[in-house]
Amino acid sequence: MSITPEKLRYLNSHEWAYVADDSSGIATIGISAFAVEELTDLVFMALPKVGQTLKAGSEFGEVESVKAVSPMYSPVSGTVVEIHSALVDKLESLSVDPYSEGWIIKVKMSDPSELAGLLDWEAYKKQCSH
Amino acid sequence: MSSQLAATPLHAWHQAHGARMAEFANYEMPIQYSGIVAEHLATRNAIGVFDISHMGRLRFDGPRADQLLDHLLTRRVVDMQTGQVRYSLVCNEEGGILDDVLVSCLESPSGKNYFLLVVNASNRAKIVQWLKPHLADFPDVEFHDVTDATAMIAVQGPKAIEACKPLLPASALTLGYYRAKVTEQMSKPCIVSRTGYTGEDGLELIMKAEDAPRVWENIMMAGREMGVRAVGLGARDTLRLEAGMPLYGHELDESIDPYQAGLGFACNLKDRIFVGKESLEQKSKDQTLPKRVGLVLEGRRAARQGANVLDADSRIVGQVTSGSFSPTLDKPIAMAYLAPEAAVLGMALDIDIRGTKVSASVVPLPFYKKSSQS
Repeated sequence: MSITPEKLRYLNSHEWAYVADDSSGIATIGISAFAVEELTDLVFMALPKVGQTLKAGSEFGEVESVKAVSPMYSPVSGTVVEIHSALVDKLESLSVDPYSEGWIIKVKMSDPSELAGLLDWEAYKKQCSH
Repeated sequence: MSSQLAATPLHAWHQAHGARMAEFANYEMPIQYSGIVAEHLATRNAIGVFDISHMGRLRFDGPRADQLLDHLLTRRVVDMQTGQVRYSLVCNEEGGILDDVLVSCLESPSGKNYFLLVVNASNRAKIVQWLKPHLADFPDVEFHDVTDATAMIAVQGPKAIEACKPLLPASALTLGYYRAKVTEQMSKPCIVSRTGYTGEDGLELIMKAEDAPRVWENIMMAGREMGVRAVGLGARDTLRLEAGMPLYGHELDESIDPYQAGLGFACNLKDRIFVGKESLEQKSKDQTLPKRVGLVLEGRRAARQGANVLDADSRIVGQVTSGSFSPTLDKPIAMAYLAPEAAVLGMALDIDIRGTKVSASVVPLPFYKKSSQS
């Protein structure tokens, strides 16, 4: 699976969602390169459990750098179907590729129409430049 | 808001070199340049250069300056020799800590002794205000807040002295630990002291504000081949935490006394009278108060200021005052104030990190000591 930032939808708080062009209704969720760059020196990530239900905008985990702890928010509502548990032990890979390799959770969406309310790449980029 | 923030004489350099700037004690200060871990490790392994111009610099002139300061500081001042530096506390009448300071006894180029007090940026206004009535009692002492007219640069790390060679006379490079002198850098006046806030060897330099950019550039240039890095306040905090050094607003405040903080060495109670002495005599015998300890945590997650520390029965026995992931030890560390029964080396405890219990144990401070070879 190759995910590039142009194909993604974003929250203001720097989480991205990717939905494959199929009928699975599964969103892959991660954090943007901009967020990884801002956080720097990641040391810890807390992930939800498979089966946990999430609401769009609710906290699904946290990422911690040497300096601070930041919550991660879900761009969509649904149920966690998979977590990238191997990522926790190689957080440095987020600095290399926060998209394909750096996915964090997969969520079976309960309301795919929420995707329309997220930022597209252009709008997100613009927000980051402020 | 940002227009009201003060800028140090090195502000333009920080901005030009990609620093992330943030407010600290009403200054816009560099928090990090390349990243906290890289800057931290550069200081441990080579050289870190810090703009600490925000620290308050207060000068006291006159033959009775030593007596005034002896009356205000917990540490004896009247017996200080020219060139000595001492760590001291400033306490209120109740024995609560108003600030922690470095006091230096210096000799001006004209041959007169004077004292320099370096205070925390966040406490400068409070201390200056608090000094006023005491200054009135010593009308022959001349007091100047020279913070704005000067800048302060710390050069820290095993290669710090070497990096300063092109700038400073040999006599400044051979100063003993906690020694200082008024000297010159490239024929401009400069105070050099063998002190720091990182747990490494190094120097702290005070110069005229307008000379600071050139001094900074010269150090960066001299240290280039040795792995020098500019270091922001982020790594300054992780370095001092590893070195077990308290930070005002975290480990120290007016509700804490020096003995709880493990800083009894900075209080000379014998044969002198100073502000807070009577209270401190009582407090020096009080074994019931929470004590400052070091904690090492399991896992990767750091405890931050305010996290509760719990005993085996899940009772709250204290709070974390500073915590971070330690880049040198590669694990999370913290300082905390714990009830005496829990403040015991080796004690196994839990820390409540946002609802999750993380195991921790009490360890000796400092967490990090530089090797004697370096």
